[in-house]
This record gives sequence, C-alpha cells and structure tokens, in this order.
Amino acid sequence: MLDAKIPAGKLEEKWNNYKGHCKLVNPANKRKLEIIVVGTGLAGASAAAALGELGYKVKAFCFQDSARRAHSIAAQGGINAAKNYQNDGDSVFRLFYDTIKGGDYRAREANVHRLAEVSVNIIDQCVAQGVPFAREYGGLLNNRSFGGTQVKRTFYAAGQTGQQLLIGAYQAMERQVALGNVEMFSRHEMLDVVMIDGKARGIIARDLVSGKLERYFGHAVVLCSGGYGNVFYLSTNAMGSNATAVWKAHKKGAFFGNPCMTQIHPTCIPVSGDHQSKLTLMSESLRNDGRIWVPKQKEETRRANDIPEEERDYYLERRYPAFGNLVPRDVASRAAKERCDAGYGVGTTKQAVYLDFKYNLINKYGRTEASKQGIHNPDQETLIRLGKEVVKEEYGNLFDMYEKITGENPYEVPMRIYPAVHYTMGGLWVDYELMTSVKGLYCLGEANFSDHGANRLGASALMQGLADGYFVIPYTIGNYLADEIAVKPIPTTHEAFEAAEAHVSERINTLLNIQGTESVESFHKRLGKIMWEKCGMARNEKGLKEAIVEIKALREEFWKNVRVPGEINEMNPELDKANRVADFLELGELMCMDALDRRESCGGHFREESQTEEGEALRHDDEFMYVSVWNYKGDERMEMLKEPLNYEVIQPTQRNYK
Amino acid sequence: MEHYNMNLTLKVWKQKNSQSAGSFETYQIKEVSSEMSFLEMFDVLNEQLIHEGKEPIAFDHDCREGICGTCSMYINGRPHGPWHGTTTCQLHMRAFKDGDTIVVEPWRAKAFPVIKDLMVDRSAFDRIIQAGGYISVNTGVTIDGNAIPINRENADKSFAAAACIGCGACVAACKNSSAMLFLSAKVSHLALLPQGEIERKRRALDMVAQVDKEGFGSCTNTGACEAVCPKEIEITNIARLNREYLAAGLAADK
Repeated sequence: MLDAKIPAGKLEEKWNNYKGHCKLVNPANKRKLEIIVVGTGLAGASAAAALGELGYKVKAFCFQDSARRAHSIAAQGGINAAKNYQNDGDSVFRLFYDTIKGGDYRAREANVHRLAEVSVNIIDQCVAQGVPFAREYGGLLNNRSFGGTQVKRTFYAAGQTGQQLLIGAYQAMERQVALGNVEMFSRHEMLDVVMIDGKARGIIARDLVSGKLERYFGHAVVLCSGGYGNVFYLSTNAMGSNATAVWKAHKKGAFFGNPCMTQIHPTCIPVSGDHQSKLTLMSESLRNDGRIWVPKQKEETRRANDIPEEERDYYLERRYPAFGNLVPRDVASRAAKERCDAGYGVGTTKQAVYLDFKYNLINKYGRTEASKQGIHNPDQETLIRLGKEVVKEEYGNLFDMYEKITGENPYEVPMRIYPAVHYTMGGLWVDYELMTSVKGLYCLGEANFSDHGANRLGASALMQGLADGYFVIPYTIGNYLADEIAVKPIPTTHEAFEAAEAHVSERINTLLNIQGTESVESFHKRLGKIMWEKCGMARNEKGLKEAIVEIKALREEFWKNVRVPGEINEMNPELDKANRVADFLELGELMCMDALDRRESCGGHFREESQTEEGEALRHDDEFMYVSVWNYKGDERMEMLKEPLNYEVIQPTQRNYK
Repeated sequence: MEHYNMNLTLKVWKQKNSQSAGSFETYQIKEVSSEMSFLEMFDVLNEQLIHEGKEPIAFDHDCREGICGTCSMYINGRPHGPWHGTTTCQLHMRAFKDGDTIVVEPWRAKAFPVIKDLMVDRSAFDRIIQAGGYISVNTGVTIDGNAIPINRENADKSFAAAACIGCGACVAACKNSSAMLFLSAKVSHLALLPQGEIERKRRALDMVAQVDKEGFGSCTNTGACEAVCPKEIEITNIARLNREYLAAGLAADK
C-alpha cells in the first residue's frame, strides 16, 4: 500500500536513471494538459514557472494579494548548495550526509541525495535570473556557514535571501503569465480537492474579495502551501500561513507523514506580552558571529555589559566544543530551554538568553578592517567602529529589525533571544516523485514531509523548495501526465465538483451561523497554548494524552461558540481565519497523537522519557526507524501506517556535535 | 527599555467595498502597551469590536516582519506612519503617547482601488512586472554561477534596488500617484547586472508603457517617495530609469 517508488540502483545514480527512463509528454500534448498549483512561495512559484516554460497550462493560486508576498519572502540567512567554491571539502555527498545526520536519521536517503545533487543547479539558475547574491570583491559568489555543518556552503543576499530568491521565482512566473502559460489567481484560497475516479481533478477555491466559491479543473493538482507552524498560534510564520490546503487533501485520502516533527528555532525575539501576534526570527546566520551566553549566577540583575567575561557561561561552546555556537537548531533550542528552566534566563521574563556580537565585531571584523586600512595597534573604539561597518553590511536589516521591535540597539547591547516555532518537517506523505497517496495530487516544499527527517538544517528550506519546483516536479509530473493525454478537460458541472462545492458551502454557512460569543482569535490562542506547553520543545506521555483531550474539547467548543462577524459574499478576513483555525483544531490533535506514538527522542521531537544522561535526544532505531504515515478514515478516525527507513549508504549513529 | 500604557483615539477609514462611499469612524482604545506593534494594537481593537458585536476593521498584513510588503496603512498623513524606513507592521506603539489621536487611511491612488476599509488592490504592480520585470531564462541553464563575475559595487547597488517590497508606499505618498520609484527599482535591479543587459532596452520601454496604462501619474521629482520608502530605495534609481528609457528610445532597434 505504501510504495515510495524509489528507483533501483546505486544511490548516486538513481536520479539520473529516473530522468533517463521516465515517460515524457510531447510539446503538442503539454498544451492540452492543465495543472493547478496551490501556493506561490519558492516551491509553488518555481513549479508554476518551470511547468509554464514547458508548455503546460498552469493555474496558480495564492491567498495573498500578490504571489510575491508568500512567506518564503521572509527567509533570511541563505540557501545551501554543494558548490565547494570555498575549497573547504564540500561535495554532494557531504551535503547529503549532513542533511541526513542533521535530520537525526529520519529522512529518506534517495530523496535527500537528489536534493544535494540538484542544489548546485539551483544556484546557477538563480544567478541567471538575476538574483543579487552576496559577492566577493573579485566578483565571485560569497558563502557563509550555517548550523550542523563544518563547511561554508550557504549562499546569501544579506539577511534577505528568501526575498531575493522568491522575487526571482515570482518574476519567472510572471513572465509565464505574460506569455499566457500561467493564469494567476491571487486572493484565492483553496478549500477542497475534487476527486474523480480516484484521481485529483481540480479544486474548489474561494475568491476572498467577492467571497464566491469557484471550481477549477486540472489534470493534476500540485500543493505548495507551506508548513503548519501556526498551529502553535505564536510562530515565525506569517499571519496567514495555514494548513487548510494540505488538511483538505488529507481528508480526501492523502496520507500525512510525521505530523509531530516541528522545528523550534533557537534565535527568535522573545515574547513581550499577551498582545503578541507573532514571533520574529533572528537568522541562524547570526550564530556565525554571535556568541550565546547566560550569566553564571542565577537571578542575575546586572545589565549584560556589566557582567564580566569570567562570569558568563557560553554554554554552547562549553557543551559542544566541536560545533560551538553552530550546533543544529534542535540542539541549540533545547540547550537554551535547559538554561532558562534552571534559572539562568535573562530579561524581564527570564525566558531569554544573550546573543552577543561584541567579541567577533572587535576581534574578527574590527581587526581585519584595521589591518586592511593599515591601522597599527588600533584602540578598542576604532575596532568597534570598523567592525560595526562590516557587521552592518552582513546583517544590517536584521539589526535594524531587532531595534525596531525591542527598542534596544544590538550593536551596543547583546540581543535577547529565545526559541520559537519556525518550521514543520512533517507534511503530506509523498513518494519519490513527490506524489501523495492520491493519484495526480502532488505536494512540494515545506508542505510535504520528505527531506528533513526530524530536524531541518538551516538554509535547507529554500534549497528544498526550489529543488522540488524547478528541478524535480517538471520530470516527475510528466511521468504521470503521459498517461493522461487522452483525458479531455472535465467540465466543472461534473457531479464531483457540485458535491465538493456544496460541502464547502455548508461548512462556511455553519461557521457564520454559530454566532457564539468567542472570537476566532481566542480559540486559536488557546490551541496554541496547549500545543506549546504539551507538544512543544519537550513532550511526555502524560502531557500529550492531556493535550488530546483538551484539543477535542476546544474543538467542540469552537463549533458551538465561535463568533464570525460579517457576511459570506464579501471580503471577510474573520471568516478566512475561522476556516483555517477549524483545520488547525483537527491537525493539532493529530500532531499530539503522532508525538505520543513516537516514544523516542529524535531531532526536534524530544520525549522526556527518552534522553541520555547528559540530556541529549536518545533515538531508538530498533523500534522507530520509520516514517509515521497517517491515514484519515473518516469521522475523526485515524490509522497509522509505517514506512520503514532503510539506510543503505549511511550508518546511523547517535548524533554527536561535541 | 521603559514601557508604558496609553489611551488612544483612532479615526479609521471604513468602506464596505469598492462601489460604496467610505467615511471615517472614531474608536477609543484603552491600555495600549508601548511594546505592542501598530498592527497588534489593531488586533486588540478588532477583538474589542467583535466582542461588542461590531464589524472589525479590514486591513492587509501578513509576515509582520517588514518584508512581504502586504501592510499598507496611511498613518497620520504618512504611508507606514512616523518612523523612517519602517513598514506599518514594524512600527511600534512607543512612537505614540497617551491621549494621542491617530488617523488611519488606506493608500489613495486611482491605480489602487479600495477593496474594503484599509485594503486596496495593488495588482497593477504585478502587471508591471509582467511587462518585462524579469530576465528571460528558462529553467535548466547550465552556465555555472561563478562563470559571470560581477563587480561588487554594481552587485550591491542591484541588491539595494531589488530590496523593494512592492508595498506601494511610494505611490501613496506621491501627489501624482506616480509609480516611478517602484518601476525604477526593478529596472535598476536588472540593468545593473550583466545578465539583465540583453533585454535592457525593451524592458525599460515596455514597463514604462504598462505603468502609463495602469493610470499612475507622472514623476515631478518631489522626492516624497524616497522619504517614505520603508526599504529606503533611493531616488537615484529614478535618474537611472530616465537614462535607460531615453537611451532605449533613441536606439533604432528596441
């Protein structure tokens, strides 16, 4: 029943073999085939552009007012690629290895190897499109380091890499819009998948401006709708990021893979009060130059700059001398929580640690600049001034953003940071071709589960989104559509479209007619609190069991007492949000069920019952070396299948960053 | 940073849809923390309105970290409010004090029709990009990324122009509702790179033609756009656009 369709042959030959043997669709037939792409972030925009270039008729949908605003835009630090431009020992194999290890041995070898292979093409493609990556004075591309690796393979554009890559993909897609190959529907939200004879054949979407439900046919449907971190209410996701598209697909038969795998990012600006609507990331790239510490003394009251060097605990450097501040995200997050829980946290809430740039600002950048400018024996003040200029070039926008939010100047005082929900490794289960368990329904980017296992390495989300969209789907979708060339577009008056639209319409009517007393927002906040406390950075059996009961009760209360103002046939952001939160209330429960099943710790999933004496995540490969694959059986019933993970090339070991 | 609470009066533009006339509504909001973002203050107000059985205020917002370009409020006569180089979502309430009255309007421009309350339709920007805001390469190029060395100064200038978030504040600030800063940022981003050289002339001509078609006004060099741009896109880009456009117009082949 679960066939990942991984090609036979040696690991490094699988993708080439696949490309050499998959079925093709000739250009004349491509023009007759229609593809629906939902979401226009890196995965969606690149897929729509690439498929449009091939000559398919593409319809692309996004809920934002423009495709360029999808949340990939906010990715900061960079994109990995095995170019080895630095001559520091990088290779496709090493990127593959780092990604599998970083994911704590819970990802598929074949998918990850393919990702590492195409990573080099992504950089070439983006440069050709005019993405203004950071460059050296000699005119060539520059790199920086990210967590979980010991090479410099991250390409970047200041702290705005996601923005620049997305604009590249968006422009490529708009070019196809101009050529008539892609039709763009912005301010549209997908609310159901339409199934005909066991295949995905279209979607029901709501025009968010008029409120009308609309039907769209496609020979295939490609979901690129991003992750579901907003289940936690507070996350680094955009306010509109949601799970509705994948959740509807799940309820139509697409399996959900590893729903509990959530990434908590170590460096975010801490919560300031109850009014908080979202959390802001401070890029992992800052850990290149920032050192993380807390005071050695509990309940410290002195200001950061007044605490002398010898009274600071650089706990990452102390615990993990080999990787230091550049340990993977899950490790860094847990270490911050450990210090704060033990009473060493800083700031008014004591739920924060320091990220301090002073040392590298002076010693690394200040000294280099002084030397370049021929200043001998520079004083401290000169070093700080020179260092600041370089740091500004590298991360300027991030420092400005920090100051706007907190009112503190991070060039002068250390940043205060704390972990926050950032990314979801789980998502719709897909096979090697990125097809879900529903025929003709594909899932790309963060929305699928495939490449990051139990923990994603920094700068790998951009890589995966663009790999899937530019270089994987154009081949794999042809392998399916080659058998669909005789299928004429199905009129949307077909009974399956009628039924799907009626179902969506009924639900929207129900939501509006409840007219209870509590706002959508208040339910979302309560769900987020349950998830963060019981299915967040640390999880245990008791808490997860409680969470499941609490979420069920909250969901029941929602459907009895939510208040959605306004009308159906108009712009109604509260109604949009109600639709999304209703789905989070179901998905949250599944995440807890999955976390409960996995009685081991791995990557971002930390079960308190399963840790080493030193408090590190302890895997149980004998029992849990599988992807948990959830099948929706109707009426809130779930069944779990297992996809065993077979490591043929890499020998899984306990991760060690010491 | 010291924080404080404040009581505020808000005068907000309410408009049911693009067909109906709009007007200002006045709201009182109490105990606003100086640590809130401007949009979090709106969240609190909307929660209050929903509880009172009233219609919440519709406004565009998404990433809330100043990069997606969705938020678009005209605050006390200035796009994105009083802070320099800052989007509405990054504006924080410590910019205001107890007892202040804050007037909030949507972007106003013929080419940006109001959808509801503070939301406007900026799809004209997408159509301007469609007219030529790209480099025509298909997926699958085989030239190595490092085969095209780029002088760092140009790469940096190109990046600075490419940092435009397409929010439309430049249009909202301009007395002529000109889109020149937006347009020039895109033309500069691509014209400054060797990859963009080949289509340079056609790009400038086609994109300018589309801007005119969308109903944006002319540029009279007042610099209001640069003053309010949350990403500090420089007006020198407009000078570059003018040069590009002139050169393209003079050339026999376009």
